[in-house]
Amino acid sequence: MRRARTWLPGLLLVTPSIILIGVFVYGMLGWNFRLAMTDKHDEVSEGEFVGLQNFIDIWDQARWHLSVRHAIVFTVVFVLGALVLGWLLAFLMEKGIRGEGTFRAIYLFPMAISFVATGIVWRWLMNSGTDERAVGLNRLFDAIGLPQWQWFRDPDWGMAAMALPAIWQMSGYVMALFLAGFRGVPEELREAARVDGCNEWGVYRHVVLPLLRPVTLSALIILGHISLKVFDLIVAVSGKQIITDVPAVFMWVAVFDSHDPAKGATIASYIVLSVAIFVIPYLIWSVRKERRQ
Amino acid sequence: MTAVRAGRRGTAFAWTRFGVLIAFVVIFLIPIYVLLVTSFKPLTEADPSQAWNLPQTWTTEAWQVAWEKLAPGLWNSVLLAVPGSLLSCALGSMNGYVLSKWRFPGADLLFTLFLFGMFIPYQGVMIPLVQLLVGLNDLTGLQGVFYGGIPGLVLAHVVYGIPICTLIFRNYYVTIPDELIEASRVDGAGMLRTYWSVVLPVSAPAIAVVVIWQFTSLWNDFLFAVFLTGPTSWPATVMLNNIAGAQATPYSQQMAAAILSSVPTMLIYILLGRFFMRGLMAGALKG
Repeated sequence: MRRARTWLPGLLLVTPSIILIGVFVYGMLGWNFRLAMTDKHDEVSEGEFVGLQNFIDIWDQARWHLSVRHAIVFTVVFVLGALVLGWLLAFLMEKGIRGEGTFRAIYLFPMAISFVATGIVWRWLMNSGTDERAVGLNRLFDAIGLPQWQWFRDPDWGMAAMALPAIWQMSGYVMALFLAGFRGVPEELREAARVDGCNEWGVYRHVVLPLLRPVTLSALIILGHISLKVFDLIVAVSGKQIITDVPAVFMWVAVFDSHDPAKGATIASYIVLSVAIFVIPYLIWSVRKERRQ
Repeated sequence: MTAVRAGRRGTAFAWTRFGVLIAFVVIFLIPIYVLLVTSFKPLTEADPSQAWNLPQTWTTEAWQVAWEKLAPGLWNSVLLAVPGSLLSCALGSMNGYVLSKWRFPGADLLFTLFLFGMFIPYQGVMIPLVQLLVGLNDLTGLQGVFYGGIPGLVLAHVVYGIPICTLIFRNYYVTIPDELIEASRVDGAGMLRTYWSVVLPVSAPAIAVVVIWQFTSLWNDFLFAVFLTGPTSWPATVMLNNIAGAQATPYSQQMAAAILSSVPTMLIYILLGRFFMRGLMAGALKG
């Protein structure tokens, strides 16, 4: 009883948050899954339980296939692009460089801007007009003799172009993560490797890079979960157009235009599952790691 | 001999490095150039052939129109982001304090469950959230307050901000020596008294990080706003998207509006970048 008296006040103080998280996160996730398992395909019907029928039926829709494919292309290009560029910038700066503060500030500032504002500029930059109608990058490319592109309107590679603004916005963040990672490698370890006869490249390969693995994993998780739910950027660049449809936009359309709650909930459930599948193991891993320390 | 060669190679590498970094600075600044230059152009220079040129006559015409269109949204965003970030801060601070210094059985598990809330795609809760807020409107008789109003949007952001705010405060409070808390306890102070007289006075850095983080995410949010607000309560992001989405809006006005909507977060970034960075790092579970 005495022990309870020491921890009970703490529990009471966080109780409001526990209730809020319980209701708004877990309760609503459950509610959403429940809705996805009904046939409530309009605003008024009650919705009978249909099991996983909606989850299967949605694969019959061409638009769903398209949006899943788009999300995959976007995710691969965005995650790899931001990871590689962020790593490169950090690698070039890690040993200290004159004006480092300025470089960092410039690479990072896109993070402070909303995806909507980013989308507006990049829609101009990636305008698909060519030759005399070209604005944005096409005009610039034309002037310096590079080919002009369809950018996000390209039927095959449109989503790869769509990843460019996202890379612009997020690679500074990845740079900051890696820079902290590089700086966290103790100088003695590098020195020890040099004494053992490693050249600089060897030091990176055998000492620095292995120690960067946790940072890389964090960056991967953060970029991945941003990517799978991407919404603002797509809407700001191309609206609800089918050529750049992704699950999050499809869900929006299902809720507001098709007035089909069950379908919207089904798509939302798929988005949650796609993120949960790698975030849950990551969270368990990082909490365990922290406890060990 | 080898030392000299290594030195020369070192200098060459240093210059290449510098050159590459500068090249990326130029690429990173291209969108900013476009935003600024286009926003100051008069309509007569809206021709594609002059797309990249500086304005021949600089004008703030587009800025004035953009301001008129965007002002209500900017005000809504202030009403959203200021109370929202302060409330998040209060909740996060209390949770972080308990989870680091006044732990109860199962606190670790609870913390993990909280953290998952940080990563859930909000699409997964959106439809029930809309239904709940509509229900609250009906229940209280306050139409357009919870669903379709700023208070509902604040509520959503505060709730879904609990995980990250708790994380930042917890990681910060872990660095406060347990002896301080213990000493206060020996003096007969209870949990709240210790929080008030020992913990809160040293919390300023974490408060700054959380307020800045939450302000930026609330200000820049689009998803919640699109689902939960209506024309009178649209924040700046939604209005900006509507302005830019209208075919008739000239580029100069779109760009001016995009800049206007970004001014508060840009200012925060420029003036308080240090704290902004720490928030970013906390997002990586690094503390």
